[in-house]
Formats: sequence, structure tokens, C-alpha cells
Amino acid sequence: MRIDHVFHLGIKELRGLARDPIMLVLIVYAFTIANYTAANSVPETLNRAAIAVVDEDQSPVSSRIITAFYPPYFVVPRMIDLSEMDGRMDAGLDTFALNIPPNFQRDLLAGRAPEIQLNIDATRMSQAFSGGGYVQAIVSSEIDEFLSRHRAGASVPVDLELRARFNPELNKGWFTAITNIINSITMLSIVLTGAALIREREHGTIEHLLVMPITPAEIMVSKIWSMAFVVLVASASALVFVAQGLLSIPVQGSLTLFLLGASVHLFATTSMGIYLATVAGSMPQFGLLLMLALFPLRALSGGMTPRESMPEFIQNIMLAAPNTHFVAMAQAILFRGAGIDVVWPQFLALIAIGAVLFTFSLWRFRQSLR
Amino acid sequence: MTGRPIEPSGSAPTPVVRLDAVGLSYGQTRALENVTLDMPSGCTVGLIGPDGVGKSSLLSLVAGARVVQDGHVEVLGGDIADALHRQAACPRIAYMPQGLGKNLYPTLSVFENVDFFARLFGHDRQERERRIGELLERTGMARFANRPAGKLSGGMKQKTGLCCALIHDPDLLILDEPTTGVDPLSRRQFWELIDDIRRDRPGMSVIVATAYMEEAARFDWLVAMDAGRVLATGTPNELLAQTGAETLDAAFIALLPEEKRRGHRALIIPPRSAESDGDIAIEAVNLTMRFGDFTAVDNVSFRIPRGEIFGFLGSNGCGKTTTMKMLTGLLPASEGTASLFGRAVDPNDIEVRRRVGYMSQAFSLYTELTVRQNLDLHARLFRMERGAIADRIAEMAERFGLREVMDVLPDALPLGIRQRLSLAVATIHSPDILILDEPTSGVDPVARDGFWQILSDLSRKDNVTIFVSTHFMNEAELCDRISLMHAGKVLVSDTPAAIIEKRSAATLDDAFVAYLEDAIGGEPMAATPLAAPREAAPPAAPSSPGARFFDARRMLAYTRRESLELWRDPIRATLAIVGSLVLMIVLGYGINMDVEDLTFAVLDRDDTTVSRDYVLQVAGSRYFTEKAPITDYDDLDRRMRNGEISLAIEIPPGFGRNVARGHDVAIGAWIDGAMPARAETVRGYVQGMHQTWLMQKARELYGDAATVGRFQLVVRYRYNPDVQSLVAMVPAMIPLLLMMIPAMLAALSVVREKELGSIINFYVTPVSRLEFLVGKQVPYVALAMLNFLLLAAFGIFVFGVPFTGSFLTLTTAALLYVIFATGLGLVISTFMSSQIAAIFGTTLITMIPTFQYSGLIDPVSSLQGFGAVIGNIYPSSYFITISRGTFSKALDFGDLATTFIPLVIAIPVTLGLGAALLKKQAG
Repeated sequence: MRIDHVFHLGIKELRGLARDPIMLVLIVYAFTIANYTAANSVPETLNRAAIAVVDEDQSPVSSRIITAFYPPYFVVPRMIDLSEMDGRMDAGLDTFALNIPPNFQRDLLAGRAPEIQLNIDATRMSQAFSGGGYVQAIVSSEIDEFLSRHRAGASVPVDLELRARFNPELNKGWFTAITNIINSITMLSIVLTGAALIREREHGTIEHLLVMPITPAEIMVSKIWSMAFVVLVASASALVFVAQGLLSIPVQGSLTLFLLGASVHLFATTSMGIYLATVAGSMPQFGLLLMLALFPLRALSGGMTPRESMPEFIQNIMLAAPNTHFVAMAQAILFRGAGIDVVWPQFLALIAIGAVLFTFSLWRFRQSLR
Repeated sequence: MTGRPIEPSGSAPTPVVRLDAVGLSYGQTRALENVTLDMPSGCTVGLIGPDGVGKSSLLSLVAGARVVQDGHVEVLGGDIADALHRQAACPRIAYMPQGLGKNLYPTLSVFENVDFFARLFGHDRQERERRIGELLERTGMARFANRPAGKLSGGMKQKTGLCCALIHDPDLLILDEPTTGVDPLSRRQFWELIDDIRRDRPGMSVIVATAYMEEAARFDWLVAMDAGRVLATGTPNELLAQTGAETLDAAFIALLPEEKRRGHRALIIPPRSAESDGDIAIEAVNLTMRFGDFTAVDNVSFRIPRGEIFGFLGSNGCGKTTTMKMLTGLLPASEGTASLFGRAVDPNDIEVRRRVGYMSQAFSLYTELTVRQNLDLHARLFRMERGAIADRIAEMAERFGLREVMDVLPDALPLGIRQRLSLAVATIHSPDILILDEPTSGVDPVARDGFWQILSDLSRKDNVTIFVSTHFMNEAELCDRISLMHAGKVLVSDTPAAIIEKRSAATLDDAFVAYLEDAIGGEPMAATPLAAPREAAPPAAPSSPGARFFDARRMLAYTRRESLELWRDPIRATLAIVGSLVLMIVLGYGINMDVEDLTFAVLDRDDTTVSRDYVLQVAGSRYFTEKAPITDYDDLDRRMRNGEISLAIEIPPGFGRNVARGHDVAIGAWIDGAMPARAETVRGYVQGMHQTWLMQKARELYGDAATVGRFQLVVRYRYNPDVQSLVAMVPAMIPLLLMMIPAMLAALSVVREKELGSIINFYVTPVSRLEFLVGKQVPYVALAMLNFLLLAAFGIFVFGVPFTGSFLTLTTAALLYVIFATGLGLVISTFMSSQIAAIFGTTLITMIPTFQYSGLIDPVSSLQGFGAVIGNIYPSSYFITISRGTFSKALDFGDLATTFIPLVIAIPVTLGLGAALLKKQAG
């Protein structure tokens, strides 16, 4: 392999990319707009949750509870009859239905520990899960406040001091913005490298290259370095200008270490891009394959939800994917400020996976030229 | 030029086609300019001229495949711009577009292809079989009836295409370059076939476009075209007489406008000087290449002395390119040896490639690099000395006439200049051997002569050996020696004159045909005219189908074809069948809100029963797994940083004592905030457990008095009592997946046809828009229903989501829903033009409303503004309600009847929209 060939061919790839407006738009979009909106459009824990109240008590305490629900967390509660409740929940109109029984206030003050019933439509994912806690907290605090004059206190004075490390306010925007950069790195590196190979094949220029004193390895490496370079530059500027600048996310660890890790990751994913392009005969087939490949990489690598809540076998399979290690490494470096002493196992894993993918893709690529 | 027709003697008085001031533009490019002419009926009209002069545009206008922009086109006595006339006339017109097998479906067999067209023209089964049998017999394709069209040779593809065109006995047959790239024998057979059919149907008019001038001599009447204008019309003899030329090639050059002819000199290639003979540049000995069972090149031998122009003549797919690849070392030969300058070609020895220049068939330079950048890149890749590159580029620019266009992108250049650029790139490193694969296809005669002049100079002045492949006879005649190649074998190698002499033939073409006939042996490949079968045939295609609004047979023809194609396309079929399952598994596990097995560790500085009791409270829950105790703050810090623990609890010294005494005391808890969603869940759990522990302690310490003033909030998680993510997710994922993938496949099905060109069949056959759309939709609906059953079964049996309601209700709703989803895909396909755009476009258009506004996450009732409007009209909202209702809420049709109404309404709306937006002609 000759370095100057790889260099000149790579420059050619970069020139080609510079004249492909669609890809350029995709790169810019993925690292700017998509990033920014991902950070800002994440719904706060709860957004206009549909709640209905059956108030059979009609007392000061019940109206106090009802008025405690208001937008943007909740819609203004709909007042309904007990008979309507089931039907409305069946039709999916309400996520929460709060039933305040008759004589609630009287029983409460008499110390009879009355029951309030909260019905939650648990088919409704996030609203039900996170909203349930909110409703409980709101009801409790309203009642506590109401009772504060009446209560003869008797409690254990143990405080729980909860602190979230690395992201004290648990700002989801930080998380999604960084995760989005991580995902874009994978997506773009596969798309760009694969498209570079397919474009060459569709134009018939690949055959042209082969009659020149160039080896397939040189062709492949030139595509890998040039596209990885583009993604690396784009992601570094996204981190600096969009994440740190525009969104003022405090990046904890060393940016250099992260970019070093990203380069190792890119080595693996660009090889994967070459592989997918050799499998797909044409651009459309490549598009379809991408959908089947990117979804699992994205959803199961631990970037969206924690890996430990996935079934064991999925966790094991996903150990073979570069994303899994990259996500773990990126989160450690960017959020927790980890250094190489902490993330070296991920580096090793990425190098190993990259080497296997590269060798395999090169073999496939040579085959496909026959 | 007036362009007025010169009536051939004896032809029918009314012209079959009248063009009046016809013009056509593609964006900025003007393809046709003020074309006025009448084409006589009942004879063969030939359109001649190189590529890109507007022949194909003209033919597609006449066929009704393209919208008439300017002027007036009258075909078969009516205005083709009039939809009613088009509908009435299209069963009488047959159109074979340009490109080998362009109107065929490559995965379908020959029979299935012809059968598809027969169905479109509404023949019944018996009639179909009789006609197909007869046509296949007549064209000699009967033996290959079961072979997929994509695996046919060029000649066979064109014969199959002709069968498809002739299936309905057209009165006007339009052929766009039907023989380009076909071997001379097949070409001759093709024209004999046409003559034969015309004998049976003398009234039939044929319009042909061709780039072969020698072929044009056999047509009755010619139209010479250049740059979107008509140069001249008349019989071949009239054109020759008008220009005083001997061949049509020369006549055409004479007809070209002055500025194009300028600089053209008659091409003279000086004879080779004898002295260079000794040195053998290229030698092949018994070269053989096998791919599996298939022998692509069979025992080929030749010797080419240095400085010779050696022609390789043969049809597409005869083994020319494979031979060239073996010569360059791209492919290792199965048997035999190839040597360059006496050295055996070693595929691993890439040094030899520096002595070879190669120019491939299609223009294959980088269109994203300028002319200069292209030259520069190649110079560097051929390892030219850095200092010499600039001079060499300047020299090439001068020699190949590229000086003015050095900083232009190749796409902006005319074909002739691009070919010169290709040649410049191939010779930048001064190779000793130049290999050219069909270098002048489609180039006009003036540019072609200029090109050959350069080749001549290279050979005679620089002593470069040139190995050139071609399927043009007049180009072959320019070579010093030629080899005729067919089906992997070299039939003969000699000088063109000697070959003609050996067969005592009149032309090289005749000689080649004679050799081909010898090679094929006794097999009757030629068209076999059947003994007067046509008289017995019933009258031409029934005329009624064209007028009918909706014909189930035509619709089913599309359904059948679409199903076969889908079945035979591995990637689309895989996506269709397993794609949604894969995505369901991924989403099911990936979007998981359950948080379990969280890791935590304790820094217990108290270490008393009370503190251990507190820890036990956390460790005992199913949500947490305890790790080894934390030793100090550094340990805590390190373990949180590498993500080993997501929760750390610190219990201060004296905790137990302080609790017992009722002193204020605080427990510290650190949560890993890197993943906010998880952190929030952890916080909730910890707070809950802390409260429970406090209650217990209070009861222990103060007895029941602690509960005064308390109330109980009873939470009922309805429909999903265990609050499992999957139970919530699966019923909502089914609508999402049933929207996205069926819509995308349906969208692709139309856009693919647009991209591959077979959409022309829809333009020029009597199929109505509704038949086309519904026909294509049916297989995808069936497939989507299969998908639905798979998804539901997977959800119930693998994910273990309980199904409590009426399955029949859910299935009915799913059917309505997938009809809508595929219909939406078809609507999208009407305004997408590339498959990649269709893939990404459909994803966006279906995902966003389904994901955001259909109650998947936030209920529609909590949406506002624009989102609420979409949520209320988008059918996904209703299907999600039905899916959740039947899965988790034990509902049946009675409870959900009203939610069906929007689903039912959506179907005719999308179908109508698709039919309204779909164009029955190219823009």
C-alpha cells in the first residue's frame, strides 16, 4: 500500500463529497439542526397529560387538589361522573382518572386514613410511568399543606440528600444532544462511505481505478480515511460550537480523548459502510439495508435506554457492535469526565472490532470486484 | 431545410404522423426545436443521427409517452395531446423504448414478460397462449421462454421486447434504437423479422430510430436529425443524390451545418511501416475464463505487434470485456497465458498496469472533478514524476483540444469532447498499450473521425499499440487487423479486407454474419416465417378494453407482475417479511422504560443494625443489585466515573444513634446523572424506599399515632397491572410498523419503475391510473397483512403481551389500515422521482405523524394546534386506539365501532388522491 495513492484518492473523495449537495446537507443537518432540536424538543417529563377527576366529595380539600393540576404538565382536569370514567379510559381519552370519594375531607381530618383512587392507563408508556409519580406527589403535597395546621407531628427526622452527579439538574437536553452526536457519527460514517463506494460503482469509475497501479486496499483505505475525517471534523465542531456553545452543555472530559476514541470507532463503522455497500447492489438497496442496520445499532447500544434493562442475549449480541463500546466510552468521557485509565477497555474492544470488520470488508470488497 | 415530406411512391396518402412546429425542453436544455414533418404511413421510416439529437424525444412524443409541450402532434389521425384520442389510439400503437430490454422486467421470464403485455391488452387465456406461442416461435425465443429476461443476450432481449410490442397487432410500431449493441447476425435477424411481419400486415407503419447508418439504407424513408432539428428527409437514394455522397455516413456529414463540419477532414490512416513488426506487444495463448459453469472466454489466442491498431468486434456480452480484463491482469485467467511485451501478465504485478492505458465503455471519469483535476489525479496515481505532471497536462490539453475546458466539469461537455477527455486520461502516463472499450458509441460522425485521427497519430507516430473493441462495422474497417468474437470464441483474425475476401462477401457486415452462421452451426437461429398463420388469426385486439373505466384483468396483470417481481428481489422481500419483525424486536427492547438490576454500592460509615437495615431496604428491592461496599470517596468517584455503579449511598457516622435519639440526620445519595431518564427513575425508587423506611421506623418508634392525618392514595395501573413496558409498547408499535414499511414498499414499487424506465409501459398501454395503482397495491396489502399476523403473533407469544379483546376486530381494522398505508405510499410515489428520495421521504412522512401525533406517546386529547389537527384526522390515531383497546382493554367491535369510520373514509381519499396525482405521461 502506498501512502501517496491513498492520500490522492482520499482527496478525490473529499472533492466528490464537496460537490454532492445532498450529502453535505445531511451532514450539516445531522450535526446542527437535528442536534439543536433534539436538545430542545425533548418533552419535559410530562407534557399536557390528560387527566380527569371524579369529585364525589366537593369539599375544600378536593377543590384544592383539582386546581393543583394545570398546564403545561397537565391539561385542565375534566370533571366527570363516576359512570363516565371507564368509558373514557377505554377510549383512551384520559391517561389519569382521579377519584375522590365522598366524605374524603371529613375522614381525613378524623384520622381515618381515607383512600383516594388514582386510575392510570398503563398502556400509555411515558405519561403513565412518569406522570403517576407526579400525580401522587401533587396530591400528597396538597393534602399535607391542607393538614399542616391540623397535624400533630410525629415523624423520623432522617433526610435523604439526593444529588445527581455529572448532570445535577438531570437535564435531558444535555443527554439527547450528546447522544445525537454519537448517533450521527455512526450514521454518517456508514452512509458516506457506503455511498462513496456505490457512487463509484454506479458511475463505472471503479473499474477504471482497477486498471491503474492501485490495489483494492488502497481504494478502500482512501475512502475510509477521507469519510472518517469529514465525520470527525463535523462532530468535533458540533461538540464545540453546538453542544458547548449554543446549548451550553458542560462537557466534562477531554475532547481530544473523545475524538481519539471516535476515530477508532470510525475505523470500525466506515468498514461496515464498505461492507454494506458490497452487499447492496444499488443505492436504493443500500437505503433499505441501512434501515435494518442503523435501527438496532442505535436502539440497542445503550444510547437510548440503559443496556442493563435489556435481555441478557441482546446485551451479549450487542457486544459485537462497535456502537455499544463507543456509547459507553463517550458517555464516560463526555459526561463523567473519565480518562484513558477508565475507558481503555472500550478502546481495546473498538480496535479489535474495527480490525475484524476491516479485514472482513476488504475481503468482501475484493470479492465484489471479481 | 424545409422538412416537407417527399412522398414515397405508392404509399398511402394520409401520413401516419404529422408534426407541426413541435418543440421540447428538459429544463434549460432544448431537445427539439420547431420540428415540422409528415411521416408516410405503411412503410418504414428511419430517424438517423448520433446520440442526443432528439430522436428518442421525438419518438416518445409520437408514442404518447411524453406530454407535448409546443406545437401539434397528430398520430393515426388524431391529436395525441387529447387524452380521449390517446386512449382510443394506444391499443393500436406499440412502443419499444431505447435500451436493451428497457420495457422488460429483468426478473420475469420471457414468457411472463410477454404474458404481462397480453394481459394488459385484455386477451383471454386461450388467445394469450396462442399469440404468445406463435410470437415466440416466430422470433426463435420459444426455447428460452422460461429464462429470466435479465439473463438474455442483447439480441434476445430485443426480440423479446418485440414480442411484447407485437402482442396486440399494432398499426404503428415505434422502435427506438432496437439494434444498438446487438451482434450483426441478431441485428440482421431482427430486421428480417420486422420485414416478415410487415409482409403479413402491410398496413402497419414502422418508425425506427438508429445510430447505424448502414442499417438506415434498408428503410423506406429517412429523417436526418441534428441538435433537435430536422436536417433533411427523403428516401435513402434521395438523400445520397441530394448530397452527392456515396454512403449515408458521408451524406449525413454533408448535411450538417457549416460550423460543425468545419475542421472535418476525410480520415486517413497511413499504412503501418514495416520496420516495427518484430516486437510483439500483446500475446494471448489459449486464454480461457470460466465463471462457474459458464465459459465467458473460450480458448482465445492472438498476437498483436507493437504499434498496430487491433480491433475486437462482437456484440455486448460476447466476452470482449472479459478478455480485456485478463490482458490487463484484472482477472486471472482460468487457463492459458496472456503476455505483454513478452512478460506474462501477473495479476499481482501492478507495475505492468503502468504501461497500459484503459478507456472503458461508458464515460467513467469523475464527474465531480474538473477536467484538470481528472488529469492530475490520474497522473499522480500512475506515479508520474511530480515535476513533470504540469507540463504533461498542458501537453495533453493541447493535443486533445481541451485547453478551453480545463476547469469545466465533464458533465457540462458534449459527448465528443468527453470521449477525447477519456482518451487523454487514458494516455496521460504515455502507455505503450492502449485498450479502448467501444470508445465512440453514440458520437456523431465528425467527432468520431476526429477521435480516430488521434488514434492514428498515437499508433503511427508514437508507436502505441491500440486494442479497440467496437460493434460498429465502419469503425472496425479502420483497424489494421480485427478479430471477430462471438460467445467467447474468436471466429477469425485478419485484416478487414482479407476477411471480406475470404468469405467473398460484399461488406464486412456480410462476412461477419457468414462467420456467425458457421459458428452457430445448423441451428435455425433465423426468424422462421410460419406458413401463413396470420390469415387464420381472428381480428386484432378487442377494441373495447381501452374504453372501459376499470378492467379487473388489467389490474390483475399488474398485481401478478408485482408479486413475481417482489418475490424474486431478495432485499425487498426480506425487508417486507422480516424487516418489521426485526424493527419490532429492536424497538421492543430498545425503547424500554423498565429499569431493573441497577447497580449500587454503599459507603457505610456507621455500620450499625439501623444502617444495615436501611441498606437492606434498597438491596432487597428487585430494582437494585448491590455491589461491593465503597471504601472511600476516591473509590466512589472512580466507580461512578466508569459507570460501574449508578447509585451510591453514604450513611454518616452515628446514624443509628441519632435516629434513636430523634436528632436530625441526613443520608447522602449520589445518582449517575449521565442518563437523565434512568437517573429520574432511580431517584423515584430511592425516594419511595426512603419514605417506606421512614414510615416503618415511625411506626416502630411512635406506634399508630404516626398515621393520624394520613390518607392512602390507591393507584390502579389499569390494563397493564404490572406496568411492563412491552405491554404498553407492542400494541402501539404494530400500527407504527404497519404504516412505515408497507408505505415504503408501495412507494418504491412505483418509483422503481420510474427509475428503471418500465413506467413507459404504463404510459403507452391502455391501463388506467386506478388499475395501475390498485393492481400494484394488492400484493403489498397481502404482504402487510402477513406482516400484521407475524407481528401480532410475535407480540403475544414471544413478548408475552396478553391479548384480551376481539382478534377479529383487530384484524379487520388492520386490513383497513394497511390499505390506507399502502395507498399513502402510492400517493407519495407520485411526486418522488428517485428510490432513495422515496425511502427517506416515506420515512419522514409516515414516521412523524404516527410517532408524534397519533397518541403513541401523548394522547391525541392532550395535543394542541397543528398537532391536534393531524392527530384527529390521521388514521394511525384510530388504529392505535383499536390496537390498544383489543390488546389490553378487552374491547370488541361494539365498543370500537366509531373508531372504524375514519379508517374507512381514509381509503377512498388516498386512492383518489393517488389516481389524481399520478401522471399518465412523462412530464
